[in-house]
Amino acid sequence: MKAYQLPDVHGHFGPYGGLFVSETLMQPLTELREAYERLRDDAMFQEEFAEDLRLYVGRPSPLYPAKRLTTQWGGARVYLKREDLNHTGAHKVNNTIGQALLARHMGKRRVIAETGAGQHGVATATVAARFGMQCVVYMGSEDIKRQAINVYRMKLLGAEVVPVESGSKTLKDALNEAMRDWVTNVENTFYIIGTVAGPHPYPMLVRDFQSVIGREVRYQIMEFEGRLPDALVACVGGGSNAMGLFYPFLNDDEVALYGVEAAGEGIETGHHAATLCAGRPGVLHGNRTYLLETDDGQIVETHSVSAGLDYPGVGPEHAYLKDAGRAKYAAIADHEALDAFHELTRVEGIMPALESSHALAYAKKLARELGRDKVIVVNLSGRGDKDIHTVATLEGIRF
Amino acid sequence: MSRIEQRFAALRSQGRCALIPYIAAGDPEPNITVPLMHALVRAGADIIELGVPFSDPMADGPVIQRAAERALEHGISLHQVLDMVRAFRTQDVTTPIVLMGYLNPVEVMGYEPFAAAAAAAGVDGVLTVDLPPEEAGSLKATLAKHKLDAIYLLAPTSPPARMRLIAGAASGFIYYVSLRGVTGASHLNVEEVAERLAAIRTHTRLPLGVGFGIGTPEAAAAMAKIADAVIVGSAIVRRMEDLVTQADRILTEVPGFLSGLRAAMDQATVVAQASRGANR
Repeated sequence: MKAYQLPDVHGHFGPYGGLFVSETLMQPLTELREAYERLRDDAMFQEEFAEDLRLYVGRPSPLYPAKRLTTQWGGARVYLKREDLNHTGAHKVNNTIGQALLARHMGKRRVIAETGAGQHGVATATVAARFGMQCVVYMGSEDIKRQAINVYRMKLLGAEVVPVESGSKTLKDALNEAMRDWVTNVENTFYIIGTVAGPHPYPMLVRDFQSVIGREVRYQIMEFEGRLPDALVACVGGGSNAMGLFYPFLNDDEVALYGVEAAGEGIETGHHAATLCAGRPGVLHGNRTYLLETDDGQIVETHSVSAGLDYPGVGPEHAYLKDAGRAKYAAIADHEALDAFHELTRVEGIMPALESSHALAYAKKLARELGRDKVIVVNLSGRGDKDIHTVATLEGIRF
Repeated sequence: MSRIEQRFAALRSQGRCALIPYIAAGDPEPNITVPLMHALVRAGADIIELGVPFSDPMADGPVIQRAAERALEHGISLHQVLDMVRAFRTQDVTTPIVLMGYLNPVEVMGYEPFAAAAAAAGVDGVLTVDLPPEEAGSLKATLAKHKLDAIYLLAPTSPPARMRLIAGAASGFIYYVSLRGVTGASHLNVEEVAERLAAIRTHTRLPLGVGFGIGTPEAAAAMAKIADAVIVGSAIVRRMEDLVTQADRILTEVPGFLSGLRAAMDQATVVAQASRGANR
């Protein structure tokens, strides 16, 4: 894949992406695109962003050679990109810092966000506090029940958390509701989307803000191995941590890219969130991409033990990379992810988020397949503290 | 001349403004939709906007989302919506029908099969809320091939360049969204809407409908003086929701509400005409 330059000027990644929104949002999205295109090439803005990533987020995050895990797995050498060590405990903050800076440059004093597990909501509430902005986070009422600690965390940070009662009361409905707020308050409000989905320019700008992950991996792996890795592995819900890792490597054909979706209770059960593995192209939330839908085009509810992967769409650039064959997508079931959660915790003393545990579970298979002379980088996109309650409940432990 | 053009031409010659009610197909249950459409026509509807239920209606407010959810509980699909239009057409061949919905169900059916089936069923226009003209190329061509009007929205945020773009792409009529927000929101500003309609009229001779936030006879009357059509959705759907288990009352009270709007609009336009006549 040479000289990759997507999206095109209309926000298309091949047949995917684009701008599928109601007329009210067309002009605000044009203004956002123009503001971003101007600031993307502005050295001052990029320096401001880089400085916040360094001093506030704590970047660069380490690339950690997981030696005991490598030995235990008995295959390729495994490195973990430690996004879990970022401020707020996940990769999400890279993007929210970028978008909050963008909001500030556009003169917007109010930010809104959707959140599923609460990670993006916390990352948004965090930067809103940091920049002194008003913050409203939309969250499905089902998710609010499952993620009480993160809801409280957002409130401590000064955000208003609005429960969403419509539809399946989860992430996709929170996204609908945030869009509605944006349509209504577009004059003073910036919508901080949490993943590489939504209408153009969101998939592009979220990818650009997250691609600091892959850029760091490029030079960090050289220090250990003196060469690029053979494979990159990342989990894919909407796909922002995966895009951030993959993007700087898209032109390096020798680096294989693996996105790992949530197979939930198994794809054959229908209770899963494996959009690229089991879905088909359609239009949702402002972009054309793969979707999980019924035969007549209604979006279905998804299932994953990991709330952050529980989404019936996926970023349009992943849809493109799948069709182009540049990236491969696999799915990992709930129980496999839980095994990986425990294994990394016990073997390396690192407790991964359940999202990231999907990537680890797949990396284990891949490490054995590739063999000892190969190098794999796994994106450890978040830490697992937020999931302790989920894991305990599944194992019948009550506090 | 399409049914939509004919209808607007007839209204214009009478100096009247079109009244366009919106209902979601299959809400609150599938058997009520066709009888209700006929009852709405008798109560003064000039065109019917039939909502195609979608699981994720991003541009709609909670009232219309709940209507879609009720319809989806009955498994209403785009195919069944077209069956309803076909059934309506067995008794009414003049009232135009516009399908309003989201792109994904149409994508799944396929543009050509959808347009062919819609035209055969007796649909006149299609408004796909999340399909701006920039992305509409092949669907627009397919609709045109089957003589279906492509209805587009214009919004308070649309600058002159977008007015031109949409004026060039639209047929039938243009739907002006009278406020920032989703369907069923409040705070309508009549003067602001009048200014925007005047600006849009410099780009097109298509009739201009106004919708979003019009729910009372007073608001409908105010809009009737400045627009070619008044579109009423959430106010109707909310009444249906209140009567959700009483189908017989829906069939009398909802048309009753509509005829109140009709009377207020006609009175406003008659008064406006009379005062114009007096000024001459």
